[in-house]
Amino acid sequence: MAVKLHLDHVGMAFATPSGSFRAVEPLDLKIETGRFVSLVGPSGCGKSTLFNIIAGLLQPTEGRVLIDGEDATGTIGRVGYMLQKDLLLAWRTVVDNVILGMEIQGKPLRAARERALPLLQKYGLSGFEYLYPNSLSGGMRQRAALLRTLLFDTDVILLDEPFGALDAQTKLQMQEWLMQLWSDFKKTVVFVTHDVEEAIYLSDEIHVMGTRPGRILETIPIALPRPRVRTTALTPDFIAIKERCMALLAVHVPEAREAA
Amino acid sequence: MALQDLATQDAARAQPAAPTAKPARRLPVQKDWPAWAIIATQIGILIGIILLWEVSATKGWIDGFFWSQPSAIWHTFVIFFTEGSAWTDISYTFRSTIIGFVIGTTAGSLLGLSFWWSRNYAAVAQPYIICIESMPKLALAPLIILVFGLGLTSKVVIAVALTIVVSTLTTYAGVKALDPDSEKLFYSLGASRWQVFRKLVMPFCMPWIISVLRVNIGLALTGAIVGEFISSQHGLGRTIFYAGSTYEISLVWVAVFALSTLAVIMYVAVSWLENALRKGTRQ
Repeated sequence: MAVKLHLDHVGMAFATPSGSFRAVEPLDLKIETGRFVSLVGPSGCGKSTLFNIIAGLLQPTEGRVLIDGEDATGTIGRVGYMLQKDLLLAWRTVVDNVILGMEIQGKPLRAARERALPLLQKYGLSGFEYLYPNSLSGGMRQRAALLRTLLFDTDVILLDEPFGALDAQTKLQMQEWLMQLWSDFKKTVVFVTHDVEEAIYLSDEIHVMGTRPGRILETIPIALPRPRVRTTALTPDFIAIKERCMALLAVHVPEAREAA
Repeated sequence: MALQDLATQDAARAQPAAPTAKPARRLPVQKDWPAWAIIATQIGILIGIILLWEVSATKGWIDGFFWSQPSAIWHTFVIFFTEGSAWTDISYTFRSTIIGFVIGTTAGSLLGLSFWWSRNYAAVAQPYIICIESMPKLALAPLIILVFGLGLTSKVVIAVALTIVVSTLTTYAGVKALDPDSEKLFYSLGASRWQVFRKLVMPFCMPWIISVLRVNIGLALTGAIVGEFISSQHGLGRTIFYAGSTYEISLVWVAVFALSTLAVIMYVAVSWLENALRKGTRQ
């Protein structure tokens, strides 16, 4: 399959008073079209820095970001980026929040709303279209934020721990919901999480990252058949992958503590 | 410590609790009067004060020359509103207040919002803003009158001087409270700076801008009145000052009464505007 997103020797160093601080070791990463790829790692492994670089919000100190083989380094609006917080605008209804990306791209409001409304209804926000975000639960807010990202109509979507703040039950529901969206929309997804099990359950491929400096320790392909069900987590293959991930992360735990 | 604790516990055990002699106490209950009773009492008190004032002045308990008396005030009131300059004065004060309020609030809000555009510019401007904020602006009033003349303009300028800083600082507080991640979201969607300003910064800061409206209407009125005190040809402030210096105490009272009424009306109108705006911006 064609490579959709290519990080070509991308690295990041910040200048600090005590000298240069290495946030991300130059790394190469190729993500094929339509794949669901997770980055797993402790805090401080440079996941967010990488996301900011891919989204064009941060200029890498070395390397290039290629989308469809085209240099997209430092250009904004090329990928959908969902930050950890839902960042819904309190003064806009759910539907007007969801169309924000289209609105910024200059699409007429009426057309944007017409496009968004059926999707809100299909993906679990029916009845909430004209409510304001403050009357929504955490799960519903995340749904709205994710739909906003999807409706921005980019091939690549970056999700930065979207379910990190949700309770366990809601988190499971949201994972199912995300799988449905992913198979419907056929986007290329890069997903950041702390939760190893979540990463294995959702992904085609996991990149386990380490800290100081941020780097990819190992890439683990997940060949588990789809559609996956909850009991997949009990199969020997799943458990083997989980053990491998935990082992990689555990080795680097002391370092992470030191950093904290 | 521990030993002492044990000792006191022992003592407590040695003396079994005395039977409680305390009478059972009930929750104090306050009975609410009906609304009409409250209003009737309020009116009663007002009438009482007016009667007492009138009687005291007639009997010579207080000096009627300095305090005037309700009957004389009423008389002046009728003359002021029928033959006098009441409506000219009220409209003069009203106009300078409203114009000053609108200009000061708008300019202040825009100035506060403008700090979002450049951190350097905000950093350079900040000490000046704080200086102007801490300076008693009314002290500048005589100078403003000299520069802008005796007419309406100078009163408007004083009202603007009082209101603009409050609006600037409050709006700037809103700008500073903006979550940088929200800006990041907008930029990740490919927004221009102008789009971020219009679709994020402005609506986000609206609650801050709105919150100063009621404060500012009071300040604008103060500014207008002080301007009229110093030098003016019309206005309620000018009437009060003029009547005071010519010992027309009843006219002072009438003008103060008219001024209070004007203040209350404007305050209520601005509160209404504030609520309407709040609903419009969903905060």
